[in-house]
Amino acid sequence: MSATTHDDAHGHHDAHDHKPGFVTRWLFSTNHKDIGTLYLVFAVFGGTVGGILSEIMRAQLNFPGNHVVDSGQEWNTIVTSHGLLMIFFSVMPALIGGFGNWFIPLMIGAPDMAFPRLNNISFWLLPPAFILIFTGLMMGESGSGWTLYPPLSNAQFEPGPGMDCTLFALHLAGISSLLGAMNFITTIFNMRAPGMTLHKMPLFVWSELVTAFLLLLSIPVLAGAITMLICDRNFGTAFFDPAGGGDPVLFQHLFWFFGHPEVYIMILPGFGIVSHVVSTFSRKPIFGYLGMVYAMVAIGAIGFVVWAHHMFLSGISVDTRAYFMAATLVIAVPTGIKIFSWIATMWGGSIELKVPMLWAIGMIFVFTIGGVTGIVLANAGIDQIVHNTYYVVAHFHYVLSLGAVFSIFCGFYYWIGKMSGRQYPEFWGKVHFWLTFIGVNLTFFPQHFLGLSGMPRRYPDYPEAFAGWNFVSSIGAYIGGVALLVFLYVCYRTFTSKEHLADNYWGEGATSLEWSVSSPPPFHTYAELPRIR
Amino acid sequence: MQPAFSPVKQQIIDLHNLVLVIITLITIFVGALLGWVMYRYNAKRNPVPGQATHNTLLEVAWTVVPVLILVVMAIPSFTLVYYEDRTHDPDLTIKVTGHQWYWEYTYPDQGNIDFSSYIVPDDQLKPGQLRLLTADHPLVVPVNKNIRILQTSGDVIHSFFIPSLGVQRYAIPGRTIETWMRVEKPGVYYGECNQICGTNHSRMPIMVQAVSAQDFETWLVQAKKEFATATPGSAPDTMARDDRPTGSDHPSENDRAAANDRPAAALLTAANEVQH
Repeated sequence: MSATTHDDAHGHHDAHDHKPGFVTRWLFSTNHKDIGTLYLVFAVFGGTVGGILSEIMRAQLNFPGNHVVDSGQEWNTIVTSHGLLMIFFSVMPALIGGFGNWFIPLMIGAPDMAFPRLNNISFWLLPPAFILIFTGLMMGESGSGWTLYPPLSNAQFEPGPGMDCTLFALHLAGISSLLGAMNFITTIFNMRAPGMTLHKMPLFVWSELVTAFLLLLSIPVLAGAITMLICDRNFGTAFFDPAGGGDPVLFQHLFWFFGHPEVYIMILPGFGIVSHVVSTFSRKPIFGYLGMVYAMVAIGAIGFVVWAHHMFLSGISVDTRAYFMAATLVIAVPTGIKIFSWIATMWGGSIELKVPMLWAIGMIFVFTIGGVTGIVLANAGIDQIVHNTYYVVAHFHYVLSLGAVFSIFCGFYYWIGKMSGRQYPEFWGKVHFWLTFIGVNLTFFPQHFLGLSGMPRRYPDYPEAFAGWNFVSSIGAYIGGVALLVFLYVCYRTFTSKEHLADNYWGEGATSLEWSVSSPPPFHTYAELPRIR
Repeated sequence: MQPAFSPVKQQIIDLHNLVLVIITLITIFVGALLGWVMYRYNAKRNPVPGQATHNTLLEVAWTVVPVLILVVMAIPSFTLVYYEDRTHDPDLTIKVTGHQWYWEYTYPDQGNIDFSSYIVPDDQLKPGQLRLLTADHPLVVPVNKNIRILQTSGDVIHSFFIPSLGVQRYAIPGRTIETWMRVEKPGVYYGECNQICGTNHSRMPIMVQAVSAQDFETWLVQAKKEFATATPGSAPDTMARDDRPTGSDHPSENDRAAANDRPAAALLTAANEVQH
């Protein structure tokens, strides 16, 4: 793809950029780059808090009978908060709000998002949501797991307001995502530069488009479910209470109708980032572009018809189980297309193993492991004894904590120079990668063994038989924790660096439009629209 | 994986072994490809990148081959799902009710023997007893009999999970969910609650004691004295009308459901289950 741009605020014109004052710029921001930055900072913050909770959990599970966390209720609350924080306040803000806001307009040649003020409120709904989650955590009253299954989340069993705080937090985070999704869809459909047809659109933009549709269709279902739950808790309804003719399994259906697309929401933007990075550092255009696009569309579509594979043990009929098993297995096909297309992109390329590329290749590898264990879990027959065990924990951490988080770091190292105008230290970036890679694999791989031997998840204490691999897993988590500190050091080094970067510091491999503007881009880009030939 | 002591678990292990081989090969294949491209197409070794972006044959191949692999896997997998579902002619029915935080076991066709099974706290364990796994009253079952298990709950959702027997279903209030097991060897089998259920989620173990048919009869006689909640030998209908405050799904109802070949799981039982 080639483009011409007549951006007059280019390079040395940066200084003349009119930027508003601090309060106006950051609190009332309508600029997609600033809002993207806010999202990214927020994601690092949310991820750090969630990460501290992980370290507490692994410390507790280091040895059987450990007493870092004394009460089961507190433990359950930590488990709940860890999940919700990582999903709604770390992965989603980074991949969707952060990189999405920054790079969708830059990549499609739009001056900004379609609804800048909507964009601002999307972000500012998150901090209050975070405060509510944190209140739930501190009050120790939201010990239902992130899945929030009633009756455990009903007023009878979680009587305190902490649980309500958590539910309202999800409402706020949900509205935030929903507004963001509308904004993304409108922007992508209406504001592409002249000549950029949908089939010429960069894969990252495609991935965000599919993600936005998944959000648009799934978040309202979650909102409905938690509204009913809030009514059950506070206003005497009985949607999910069998004593009043309700049904707890109904909640599971509604929750997972949201929850399953949600996991694709978290990973699809990562697919987009990895595609760009793999292509850039192989100095080759992406292999099978159309196949990649429609694989993502297919994953998004099939993602909506597989939700009950989370409910194989909830008493759904055997034919239903068989259907959901088959549908789930089918997802492996488009996912395989993506993996093989990435490898084919590298094949014949001229690969430079810079830090972003390490994360991308790392992501492809760990995502493959997470993907194939998904095939094991999709088999309803096998799921009968690995359901809810550490096997599941290992599986979804491989696709999310490793897959999605690797792609976040991949995007960070790839674009930080573009966003800040300063380059990260290559050496420390590599240290960060290798520490993380070793740490998380050491943490999560042994959990497969724990799960296969029957260790249930969400246990603050476990029989001595599980001690060995839990010990290994905890050691891995501490290494991962050190890696997080290295990342913070990398950030410090990056932002204090004096280096000045060229517009396209990755060279000929980087072809999308964001590389045609300066690093950092001027406050307002594309005053004159670029034309795509 | 824990060794198998039931035919269901044996089949799970067999299928898992097949799937494990397939996924390991896929992972090694992808890993090897990644390693190879990093080595062979490194910028030092291959300074001029090729520009191939399409190869229809290849793209069709990597779509069709995974489909074929999935079909190979799906056939035994479907068989297993249907095999695991239920047993059509149970020798014995046991109703399992999850509570915060203990299990209640009922033998509806054995004079409604009914007892609760609590964890033995750490400080009361006798030597040789396993921490967090030992219960005060184990679930006693005969070996080599098809046992139908009906699960429900008195409060929140629990999950009745015995890894070595390949048994797991949720216990959901207001519902009865059916599964089955057949223990092949006398012995003690352990399981744990596997669905988050509150503060003592990790402290409601399942301890199954499988005994010979003869020993089971002996145990029944003793258990009936100790735990029976209805006159031994009373007709099912009498039991059905037995309005104990906590139990409301009638064995007779479940029997009828089984006779109609409808899964008992589909039956919503009376709602007073959660109101006590």
